[in-house]
Amino acid sequence: MTLAGPYGARVRRALTPYALIAPTVLLLVGFLLVPLGSVGYYALQHRVVNEPYDDAFVGLDNFSRMLGDQQFWHSLLFSAKWVAAEVGLQLLLGLVLALIVNETFVGRAAARALVFSPWAVSGVLTTGIWLLLYNPATGVFHQLSEFGLADPATSVLGDPDTVFPAVVVAELWRGVPFFAILILADLQSVPKDLYEAASIDGAGRVRSFLHVTLPHLRDAIVLATLLRAVWEFNNVDLLYTLTNGGPAGATTGLPLYVAQLARKSYDFGYGSALTAAAFVLLLFCSVLYLRLSRFEGRGEGVQR
Amino acid sequence: MSADATRLPAARRGAARSVRATAVRDRTGRLLRLFLPLGLYLLFTLVPFYWMLLFALRPAGSTSLLPWPVTFEHFDTVWNGMGFRTYFTNSVLIAALTLVSVTFFALMGGYALARFAFRGRRAFMLALLCTQFVPGAMMLIPLFNVFQLLHLIDTRWSLVVAETVFQLPLAMILMSGFVKNVPVELEESAMVDGCGRLRAFLAVVLPLLRPGIVAVGSFAFIGSWNNFLFALMFLNDPELQTVPVGLQTTIGENTVDFGALAAGGVVAAVPVVLVFAFVQKYLVQGMSAGAVKG
Repeated sequence: MTLAGPYGARVRRALTPYALIAPTVLLLVGFLLVPLGSVGYYALQHRVVNEPYDDAFVGLDNFSRMLGDQQFWHSLLFSAKWVAAEVGLQLLLGLVLALIVNETFVGRAAARALVFSPWAVSGVLTTGIWLLLYNPATGVFHQLSEFGLADPATSVLGDPDTVFPAVVVAELWRGVPFFAILILADLQSVPKDLYEAASIDGAGRVRSFLHVTLPHLRDAIVLATLLRAVWEFNNVDLLYTLTNGGPAGATTGLPLYVAQLARKSYDFGYGSALTAAAFVLLLFCSVLYLRLSRFEGRGEGVQR
Repeated sequence: MSADATRLPAARRGAARSVRATAVRDRTGRLLRLFLPLGLYLLFTLVPFYWMLLFALRPAGSTSLLPWPVTFEHFDTVWNGMGFRTYFTNSVLIAALTLVSVTFFALMGGYALARFAFRGRRAFMLALLCTQFVPGAMMLIPLFNVFQLLHLIDTRWSLVVAETVFQLPLAMILMSGFVKNVPVELEESAMVDGCGRLRAFLAVVLPLLRPGIVAVGSFAFIGSWNNFLFALMFLNDPELQTVPVGLQTTIGENTVDFGALAAGGVVAAVPVVLVFAFVQKYLVQGMSAGAVKG
């Protein structure tokens, strides 16, 4: 009996962490890993929900169809442009914004709350707001045209030439705050004595930014840009509702194309093939990015 | 609006100049470096919000730039006429359940990650991070199949489960950061005093974790409240639909009722704005405790 007590306690202690993470593991396996695995399976099938009797194993047919699919290449190109523009601009503007609201000034708390507020706003709500702003009859450009500052007939979302910058700006509106919050959080952990040392060494504001702040932020920036790139690649809400991929497919990214395949033509086989391709592509790009940026994992949150 | 993008570098040049500036020039430098770009950015942030309020509050057909006289006809239209009353209830229910499940599981897992050195800990942590690279929007088809198998399509549970799965990994990493910030000695001394681990956790750790719980719970609520694609995909019954899908229905193919769209937007914004106002001060703290730095 005297042995069972401490022994039992030790077993219990050894098992506790596993019991604590068990529900999460089950959820992730059941609703993430299994579905993800099934993508690979469906990708090799002809599987259209409306044609239940035609289900068949078709090997790599879906993938060869993909290579010849113009719409696939267009959507991939759009996604690449979209990710590059969003991540680049969000990093630049988010960094500047974080540096500004990191300074001490009267009303800083209010300024932070206001500039960060679009972060809380959803894709569809962002869409609603920007539809109102961009509308040619009642929007901001119409208002500006009354002062002679814009062409009264400006329809930024209807014109294939202007639709790209228009959707990019709408997404920046809610994307920059999030980036700024991430950078600000890390900015606050830069040791103050580093700046003192730098200023003793005669470094000005710009030099201490380049040699103290930026190196400190590096891992956070690498991780944030990577996560943002994946999230922006997957961003469907805004594009689906703002332009529905138009005009004439000009803003259909790859995820939106897949969602359309699933919802409109119920082609789960081909959709799964595209999903699998996108997943492999994302994984490849992510690993490549981490390698190239010599990410050291300091910002990963994994270290104790 | 894109003028902001071109103006901001001017602040940097301002910053460079002000290095060797006298007191007066320093003040102008501060104005150029700080308040000018901040003002421009505030304009970019707030004009869209104002525009939505304007359309929601002024009568249809009015072109006034001030919402005067104020009318609530658009709110009446969306709330009673377009079913937003139902959508709102559904969204609150789903977001609240997501909040509870994400917070609960994140607490359990976050505690395990912060307080135990167990075999497979690092692998589990890595797996959590890897989930962030799974394309959420592209999981729609496979998730649909799984939910169909479990008869969860056209139930609110499908959204709760899907939201929980996608939010839990990051929430757990955040939460483990918060748990690490609570000194382990407090817990140990409570256990020396005869508390079990659970008692010690509930009595000592949990109260100190409040900021973390507020942050994680709010993120979960806001994320679930805003999700559009899951509801669109997994729910067909209009009685079960959520606010974002309802908002989408005000955007017709050819005709858009701007008043209804704006009023629906305000209805969709109110809960998240309230939560945001509440959580704002924990926001940066929450980010720095978890996902961004170790």
